[in-house]
Amino acid sequence: MRTPLTIRFLTSMPRKGWLALAIFALVAWVGVPMAHLMLPESSPFSVSAYTVTLMGKILCYAVVAVAMDLIWGYAGILSLGHGLFFALGGYGFGMYLMRQIGTDGSYGVNLPDFMVFLDWKELPWFWVGSDSFLWALVLVVAVPGALAFIFGYFAFRSRIKGVYFSIITQALTYAAMLLFFRNETGFGGNNGFTDFKRILGYDITSPEMRLTLFGLSAALLMFVLLLGRYLVTSKFGRVLAAIRDAESRVMFIGYQPLWYKLFIWTLSAVLCALAGALYVPQVGIINPSEMSAANSIEIAIWVAVGGRGTLVGPVIGAFIVNLAKSFFTVEFPEYWLFFLGFLFIGVTLFLPDGVVGLWRKLFARKPATETESPPPVQKPAAVPEKDEHLAAKGAAA
Amino acid sequence: MRSLITSVLLGLCCLFGSAHAALDPAVLQGFASEDFGERLAVIGQLGQIGDEDARRVLEALENDSLAIGGGKVLIYDGEKAIDAASGVALEAVPEDIDTLTVNNRMRTAIEAAKAGMALFSTDPTVRLTAATRLRDGVDATTLPLLEKALASEQDAAVHEVLTLAVSRGNLGSGEAAKRLSAAIALADSGDPSVLALLEPRLDASVEPDAAVRAAVADAIRSIERRLAVAGAIGTVFTGLSLGSILLLAALGLAITYGVMGVINMAHGELLMVGAYATYVIQGLFQKYLPGMVDGYLLAAIPVSFLVAALVGVLMERTVIRFLYGRPLESLLATWGLSLVLIQTARTLFGPQNVQVDNPSWMSGGIALLGDTVLPWNRVVIIGFAAFVLVLIWLMMQKTRLGMFVRAVTQNRSMAGCVGVPTARVDTLAFAIGAGVAGLGGCALSQIANVGPAMGQGYIVDAFMVVVVGGVGQLAGAVWAAMGLGLIAKFLEGWTGAVVAKIVVLVFIIVFIQKRPQGLFALKGRFVES
Repeated sequence: MRTPLTIRFLTSMPRKGWLALAIFALVAWVGVPMAHLMLPESSPFSVSAYTVTLMGKILCYAVVAVAMDLIWGYAGILSLGHGLFFALGGYGFGMYLMRQIGTDGSYGVNLPDFMVFLDWKELPWFWVGSDSFLWALVLVVAVPGALAFIFGYFAFRSRIKGVYFSIITQALTYAAMLLFFRNETGFGGNNGFTDFKRILGYDITSPEMRLTLFGLSAALLMFVLLLGRYLVTSKFGRVLAAIRDAESRVMFIGYQPLWYKLFIWTLSAVLCALAGALYVPQVGIINPSEMSAANSIEIAIWVAVGGRGTLVGPVIGAFIVNLAKSFFTVEFPEYWLFFLGFLFIGVTLFLPDGVVGLWRKLFARKPATETESPPPVQKPAAVPEKDEHLAAKGAAA
Repeated sequence: MRSLITSVLLGLCCLFGSAHAALDPAVLQGFASEDFGERLAVIGQLGQIGDEDARRVLEALENDSLAIGGGKVLIYDGEKAIDAASGVALEAVPEDIDTLTVNNRMRTAIEAAKAGMALFSTDPTVRLTAATRLRDGVDATTLPLLEKALASEQDAAVHEVLTLAVSRGNLGSGEAAKRLSAAIALADSGDPSVLALLEPRLDASVEPDAAVRAAVADAIRSIERRLAVAGAIGTVFTGLSLGSILLLAALGLAITYGVMGVINMAHGELLMVGAYATYVIQGLFQKYLPGMVDGYLLAAIPVSFLVAALVGVLMERTVIRFLYGRPLESLLATWGLSLVLIQTARTLFGPQNVQVDNPSWMSGGIALLGDTVLPWNRVVIIGFAAFVLVLIWLMMQKTRLGMFVRAVTQNRSMAGCVGVPTARVDTLAFAIGAGVAGLGGCALSQIANVGPAMGQGYIVDAFMVVVVGGVGQLAGAVWAAMGLGLIAKFLEGWTGAVVAKIVVLVFIIVFIQKRPQGLFALKGRFVES
């Protein structure tokens, strides 16, 4: 018997989950805007522009973290290239933002400043249509999606996995970063895009625009959480978890892991790109350093801190790490790397299931009824260590 | 032969003969003229006279101490005046004394005249420098000098340079026979500037003689061929040197990854540790053994190995050993270790790059034809990489530890079953891998910047070498490192460095499609989980 889609969707999450989501929506869509616009700055509940932007930024990071968790936590694929998809989304929307500057740039010409600087007379072919908002949205989804699909197809087809896959994604990101650093590539080189003025004709620095972007980020996060919830509770999600735990066995049963992995990989990339597109107008700049290896690995640590294989964990992790980063880089800039480094080590050694895992361990009275999916299987005790080692060496013949 | 010696002796007699007599005052009178052209002519004449007096006058002119006073040319140092021609000191400084103004053209002429004199120095190296300098700007005044020098030159190297210089000058000669022999002689040159000199001569309006034109065309072809060969050797060399660096970075990684299946993301930072160890040793030598500074590198080699190995053992004992069998987590944890190491270096040594100098015996290089130079520091690094490779090979093939390492790489549980202490092998293998990275860092300090983040750029490259070469395969690592180095450098020649890097990365991604286990896969059958 087939459950109707709506029922299936509603039952994918316990009542507490829906309640939490509703409270989140209320705070993000009503509470924060009112506190920002109506309360005087002296009020203890007033939310400053800085806070709204910071929170909006972290919401985008949280979306990336959930996207990362979908492939790492549920499919066992550790990507060190999600910074690339995030940045591509940002660049896609950034092109539109650059065109919206119009003739208000330093040179007063209807061309982005960096092109005038390079003495280009007209837009390169890949900028055609970038003045249209809809085309920008198409670019944001299609370019990272297509790249992820093609790359993923070749990588998964030859069954590259484990650390091999991680390092190759890192190499891909690194190559892209080098490419974008070149001025001739046509994306502003070193400086990237900045000095944005308008979206759809509205001033980008106005409080209303700031709140709209913040609200959209919150909406995107909720959408991603619901979608993720739906996917991981579906049959698809179970096959995915099976592939994560024992890919060969899944193949022997008759499934073709390629398409499962490819779907979740491409979806994850597109979600990242959407987050990037919302991130850029909020922080006001996008440059190739977003594609540095360090950024992509940091995404993994958000997920690890929160707890992989859970959907709410990455969100918590993104908030913990990024709030800590804001705190440290202002108060003790020289200790930030120590903190981050020890966080990487500490979490992998002592908190393999992250904060959510810790919470469950401490407050688990009724185990298993509320778990969203079986927690990631570390290693069945019966399987000898050797197998993991061979798997670690990556590719099979 | 006899006639040659006679002529050399005669030439020498001429030179020394004029040295005893004072200069002819009439020659110097040209300096009194207001016309710079005449002054230039005097400088040229002095250069041809070439004796001690002439040299003294030229040096005075160069130092702005040549003056005109009382109708004579004087050397005047502000207090007393000497007659430039006779070298006799004047009793009283004339009232109307006035220093000669020297303009840039005159300075150039003085340089050329002095170089011309140096052509007859007794020291062959002085003659070689002088000939090399004059070679690039042969003109009517220097040509006779060069010809004179060529006639008396005995040293082969100087003779070669002089022949080329004279041929360059003769290329513009009025006699077709001289031009022809010049063109034929120039065919032996490897200098790109000769090409520029020869090319206009292909034109019939410049060069009326058909035979000379043919000889010029031949000469151009032969020079171009020689330059192409030199350029190719240069590219191969830089490719090999890049490959050696990649190999030094990858050897340690190949061992640790082969044995433990753990990608050590802090491997680049172990390079950094080795480089900083070299820096510290250099500082210690400068402070306590200033006389032996050039030897610091030899002391730095074992120290950088030991320091990096120690850091490696610490990493393995405190973090990595708890993550065996969880490769993805160990990847993250070692990344954390790398952040901690970077920040530690920053705290200890400051965020700026530190200065590590080449020892004096490593500066300079082997000059090939044209602009191609093989720098000594890169030659040494290629040799050093080969040395390290041999050591590792001996360790892996000839020692008990090496056998254990190979056994654990191939099959950990079987090795454990037959009594190999796998945990200890892990620690030792990790220490050796880290130590080799330290050696790589020591080598790298000689050619690259030493700074806290220097290792970050190498981890991906090093891992690519391991992937392409095949895990746990020394031969594979060597082929992959050299191949990638050469491909990168040859691509750089016509696409630029960034595009070359991208092309290489894409190539590797495609390569892994075809050969997932690398160039040299372990023999045997494997099945994953």
